[in-house]
Amino acid sequence: MKAPRSLKEVRSSLTAGDYNLIDLVRFYLDNIEQKSDLNAFLEVWKDEVLEQAEQVQSKIDAGTAGRLAGMVVGLKDNIVYKGHKVSASSKILEGFESLYSSTVTERLEAEDALFIGRLNCDEFAMGSSNENSAFGPVKNPHNPACVSGGSSGGSATAVAADMCLVSFGSDTGGSIRQPASFCGVVGLKPTYGRVSRHGLIAYASSMDQIGPFTHSVEDAALVLEVIAGKDNFDNTASTKVIDDYASFTPISNARIAVIEESLNSDGLDSEVKTAINTQIEKLRADGHTVEMVSFPYLDELVPCYNVLSNAEASSNLSRFDGMRYGYRSENAVDVPTTYSKSRTEGFGKEVKRRIMLGTFVLSTGYYDAYYSKAQKVRRLIQEKTDEILQDFDFILTPTSPHTAFKFGENSHDPVAMYLEDIYTVQANLAGIPGVSLPLYTHSNGMPFGLQLMANKFEEKKLLSFSKQIVG
Amino acid sequence: MSKEHEKYEAVIGLEIHAQMLTRSKAYSSDKNEYGAIPNTQVSPVTLAHPGTLPVFNRQLLDFAIKLGIACDCDIREVNEFARKNYFYGDLPKGYQITQDTTPICTGGKIVIEDIDGNPKEIALTRIHMEEDSGKSIHDQDPFNTLIDLNRAGVPLLEIVSEPDMINGTEAYNYLSEVRKLVRYLDICDGNMEEGSLRCDANISIKLKGDKKLGTKVEVKNMNSIRNVQRAIEYEIARQIECTESGEEIVHETRSFDAANGTTFSMRSKEDANDYRFFPEPDLQPVIIRENDIASIRKTMPKLPAELLDKYLNELGLSEYDAKIIVDSKSIALYFEELISHTKNYKGAANWLMGPVKGYLNELGIHISEFPISAQKIAELIALVDDDKVSNSVANQKIYPLLLKNPDKSPLDIAQENNWIQESNTAALGEFISAAIGKYPDKVEEYRNGKKGLMGLFMGEVMKLSKGKADPKLTSQLLRKELEG
Repeated sequence: MKAPRSLKEVRSSLTAGDYNLIDLVRFYLDNIEQKSDLNAFLEVWKDEVLEQAEQVQSKIDAGTAGRLAGMVVGLKDNIVYKGHKVSASSKILEGFESLYSSTVTERLEAEDALFIGRLNCDEFAMGSSNENSAFGPVKNPHNPACVSGGSSGGSATAVAADMCLVSFGSDTGGSIRQPASFCGVVGLKPTYGRVSRHGLIAYASSMDQIGPFTHSVEDAALVLEVIAGKDNFDNTASTKVIDDYASFTPISNARIAVIEESLNSDGLDSEVKTAINTQIEKLRADGHTVEMVSFPYLDELVPCYNVLSNAEASSNLSRFDGMRYGYRSENAVDVPTTYSKSRTEGFGKEVKRRIMLGTFVLSTGYYDAYYSKAQKVRRLIQEKTDEILQDFDFILTPTSPHTAFKFGENSHDPVAMYLEDIYTVQANLAGIPGVSLPLYTHSNGMPFGLQLMANKFEEKKLLSFSKQIVG
Repeated sequence: MSKEHEKYEAVIGLEIHAQMLTRSKAYSSDKNEYGAIPNTQVSPVTLAHPGTLPVFNRQLLDFAIKLGIACDCDIREVNEFARKNYFYGDLPKGYQITQDTTPICTGGKIVIEDIDGNPKEIALTRIHMEEDSGKSIHDQDPFNTLIDLNRAGVPLLEIVSEPDMINGTEAYNYLSEVRKLVRYLDICDGNMEEGSLRCDANISIKLKGDKKLGTKVEVKNMNSIRNVQRAIEYEIARQIECTESGEEIVHETRSFDAANGTTFSMRSKEDANDYRFFPEPDLQPVIIRENDIASIRKTMPKLPAELLDKYLNELGLSEYDAKIIVDSKSIALYFEELISHTKNYKGAANWLMGPVKGYLNELGIHISEFPISAQKIAELIALVDDDKVSNSVANQKIYPLLLKNPDKSPLDIAQENNWIQESNTAALGEFISAAIGKYPDKVEEYRNGKKGLMGLFMGEVMKLSKGKADPKLTSQLLRKELEG
């Protein structure tokens, strides 16, 4: 069986009788088994997905199937699914099973998507290389010596290595777009509030957003239609009516801003730079306007993001205390040691580092110097971004300064690792949508992506233009 | 009070936490109900399961606006929420969702009586919305602390006063006023014993006339209004004694021990938590518009201060009666109903304060359990006012029967028992002539100044009329007849 590239392809193969849905699920299950050394899956729901495949196949036969029938989906291990284990790749959620389903999984399920398993990620979505998982790193399918990117490394690898058709991840500072770039797939981070966060294990609530990994822009648009929209369980989910994202509209004479500083930054790989410049020429040749604009806060993006995301994380992760569920230290003898020992033993190093930094920046005496200041900087970043997007339809940058790096290359230096997010955090801080498109291959053999961003709630425009570029 | 004590004055501010009577919790759809089996009103949101988010309960907002209107506060348009972070076993999220820099109400006041009975305004600093923690139970298991999370997430309004009170009596009166108010507004049951109304007191002392405030001590764990007063009185005396003996007052939190009426140190403020407040990213700010406030204003019930004013100045009740009626919302509501059926306001107050309250007290029941409707009491008042029965017949004969047969009308009861009094002057005249004719010598004595004999003639007329003679009219006619 040739691995399908889109749901449309799956549906026509099913209709043509090339294979049935059970065959397709078995194909993915075999791939998962064969490629288990990539460490993408934490758990495979084999029997369940086969059973459901039969049910959905009969629905297809009866002509009553939902919009996503035939789509085999993997879930990042921070998206809860009723009756299933979920751990955020952390020891602290050892043995925990969710009592409820996230809004996203409910909506996918209602349209007959099939869930094949849960996917490895950086612990609590904190990382850029998937080396922070309590269950080991995820390898890059294009070169197993390289990282998959993070934090949704398992989600990117699973789609790239044909272990499922579509996967879901979460993006707080680039955790969908960067691994999508490293693994050569499409990764979409919607507008903040476009997709409900109900059932997404929180990292930084003001920036977290769920989004898909796909081979095709069409599939990204299709699943967005299903998962987006208001939700009574999430106050921050927008009530704005959703668009028909999958009905692309041709865009001519687009106005595109390229952030000048992003192409002049020190860490930018020269081939990546060349690819972007070539792309700019091509866009101009196609009749679009591409202009260099200055974004003076490039160096402030990552520090601002770190202060705010760590502050929120320090509070969001307080609930993991060994009291009601998850890991409780055997060495705990009273209330204080239940907290300190369970959390010391249950959380990994990077998570503890961020909790401590976040606690620090919120502390009396430091709040104004760090948290308040970062809030002000965030406002400036938002204003500047809005200003650019008043004049332009899109902002274009590389997704990442380089291709996937080798294991261990950055893990000794957290600051270097944090700079991985330099091009992606702008969208999270400003709350705008961003997509990484798998357009290029480096001479080192690794894929890398182009990032496009648009104004809030302009996913339809963003995806239409993406489709046009990808072809 | 000793001489030393008179040099000082106390400065007291109260922080009140009032549990709201909303149907569901502040940020989840879990039921808000007191007394359920432990840990049965706990959904994944209350348990702080991974991925759950708070959803704001608009009813809490309405309640806060009501209280804000009642206290004459400024009500904020843009309400943000904040997280107050600390670890405790009964705080599932590890933070409490509250309001920090943008409380829904600022300013405002509560009018109380000072120790001499004069009105005094206590200014409010703020009122804000927050959620309760769960309950840690330390005394039911010898080895473990038990945790009940039913209360976790129950909505609270925190009402913070300015340090405007100067003694325990004012604190007592303030707390009583606040309790009365939340009960009138029907937003809190005000039950301090069950903890639905809780109070912490901040107390310091200073030399009279001094501008500089003394070191503040916070006192907690007072589970009745009376105990708040006791704790404050103890604490003032303790602080004065400390100061007089040259000791420093420690900035600390103390707990009240109701058994012996003293306070003891719980923790120094030096050890206080750093709560790391920051804006709650899971909730959008709630916007309150002018017309939201206006529409709630329309649904506001009459408040105690308004009713008191009406009873004193419009209805002419005595201050004593008016205050007692207003003191309890349910009594006041009964009275309001009563006076919608009769214009004899004083009579209505007398009936309520006398026979009705007497019956309630005797049986130890609440006015809601009182069998007779306000309308029937009004009918009874009308019987007396129309001279159909005497006050004593109404009170001692009809009322007891009405209590047993509350569905009957007072008039029917009077008629069935032949208690409608004789007010026919001609008929009365015959009885009077007969009575006078029977005792000619007594008539003489009366005319010579022995006015006390009136009772004798009255008794005779009553005997002859079988108790139905209207006493007022009879005494009038008798006097006329005797004095010529």
